[in-house]
Amino acid sequence: MSLRIVVCVKYVPDATGDRRFADDLTLDREDVDGLLSELDEYAVEQALQIADGADDAEITVVTVGPEDAKDALRKALSMGADKAVHVEDDDLHGSDVMGTSLVLAKAVERTGYDLVICGMASTDGVMGVLPALLAERLGVPQVTLLSEVSVAGGVVTGRRDGDTASEQLEASLPAVVSVTDQSGEARYPSFKGIMAAKKKPVESLDLEDLELDADEVGLAGAWTAVDSATERPARTAGTVVKDEGEGGKQLAEFLAGQKFI
Amino acid sequence: MAEVLVLVDHVDGAVRKPTLELLTLARRIGDPVAVALGAGAGNTAGVLGEHGAVKVLTSDAPEFADYLVVPKVDALQAAFDAVSPAAVLVVSSAEGKEIAARLALRIGSGIITDATDLEAGDEGPVATQAVFAASYTTRSRVSKGVPVITVKPNSAPVEPAAAAGTVEALTVSFGETASGTKVVSRTARESTGRPELTEAAIVVSGGRGVNGAENFPLIEALADSLGAAVGASRAAVDAGWYPHTSQVGQTGKSVSPQLYIASGISGAIQHRAGMQTSKTIVAINKDAEAPIFELVDYGVVGDLFAVVPQLTEEINTRKG
Repeated sequence: MSLRIVVCVKYVPDATGDRRFADDLTLDREDVDGLLSELDEYAVEQALQIADGADDAEITVVTVGPEDAKDALRKALSMGADKAVHVEDDDLHGSDVMGTSLVLAKAVERTGYDLVICGMASTDGVMGVLPALLAERLGVPQVTLLSEVSVAGGVVTGRRDGDTASEQLEASLPAVVSVTDQSGEARYPSFKGIMAAKKKPVESLDLEDLELDADEVGLAGAWTAVDSATERPARTAGTVVKDEGEGGKQLAEFLAGQKFI
Repeated sequence: MAEVLVLVDHVDGAVRKPTLELLTLARRIGDPVAVALGAGAGNTAGVLGEHGAVKVLTSDAPEFADYLVVPKVDALQAAFDAVSPAAVLVVSSAEGKEIAARLALRIGSGIITDATDLEAGDEGPVATQAVFAASYTTRSRVSKGVPVITVKPNSAPVEPAAAAGTVEALTVSFGETASGTKVVSRTARESTGRPELTEAAIVVSGGRGVNGAENFPLIEALADSLGAAVGASRAAVDAGWYPHTSQVGQTGKSVSPQLYIASGISGAIQHRAGMQTSKTIVAINKDAEAPIFELVDYGVVGDLFAVVPQLTEEINTRKG
């Protein structure tokens, strides 16, 4: 039987660009280039490796986002995913993590899955809670923050490296997995992969397709509110000295002056 | 006064510092009721009481160690139902955030993660966060349900405040999903004897310029002279020079110490995302054009192999 893998990815603003807030205190997507979140590339990579090790597997990549978010899907398809689902609806603008996890859960259920794979966090919000929320909503085990993952005989196993201990985890499918940037370098799409991706199916869904109401998502349906966002003042220029042989001692003097020594 | 639930982060009964910081913040919005779970939970009551916990709810069921995350969510939910608090505070660790998120969803509440400050407001607690690699500061509220907020270590001082700290056993009935993810084995990380990275008051980090695992003892010696934790940039970790658990940056740990010393680190945006909220920033780098110098309070343009040992020696001399 075919192993159905769904990879959830996010289209994020390029962290090296100038990220800003729009007037409604949501992310300003106009002035900065977007791309597939780097941390989601690791999820796509692990999906491809798990599929390679399975008799028969199909990888569907899912995203929630505006028109441009198709770029993230194309990247994943060019890496080797089989098909894509794009959830796009004007009413999704400003969704918080609760709204986004609701939409993703609906989309994943509609697609059908044995294994859902996510990156450890998005590179914009960096909350790192979406995989746990998805598992809670779907009522399946969460096997999260794995630096190593494998699937065999309907069981997913993996290693989770925490602050105080490293844990070996095990759960039966279906399950939600998230992988860290230690799980294995993500492959670059080949020219062949990029050409093939153009022919792969991308299904577009809106809230109605997912049987969701507008007031359950978006800025209106968010369970959190941002009251203000202020640009952090540039740090006042510090002292920079050139080491002429006494640089270490001068630095010690500075640290002593600040009472660190 | 309203009660505020605080989930205790402890290792076999030894309460970790970020939880004591949470108690400081919790007292700004109500009376802290601590929830301690797992082996040694009962032993936490003394120190929690000394830091303002009016009550400590404990459960040491084996499920907390045998299965991932969900048993703790079940327990926190049981505490929530028993207390009806005005807010729930959890330390912003990887596990803490996952527990908080699942609880928030269950109780129909919004969640704020990685707060760096917390105050009482007219419409509930107001949380400060640093976003977009700490280039913006936001103030946010939970607008639905009982606020569930995770707070980054080093966000508040640890303040003694005597309270009853009465211990009560928490009755937890584990749900069907609690045993979904089995912890098959657990290998404790070997202690370095240094403070934990996210909790440390001082962090000394090494990057590409350290030029090899064999040179990291230079960074460690400096750290030890200051009683600091050791961090590493992604470049140093990817090269295999230092463990991933020490990585500071967007995909590693986010730190906010009193003093951050970057050695041989250029200061790419991904690294800055993890250390930009440090109070005092110092850098040592050969390249005068390195972006890290835009952030520093004090920078030395020079060879770290000369500057770092001299600094370490000078600190050790001054300490006598």
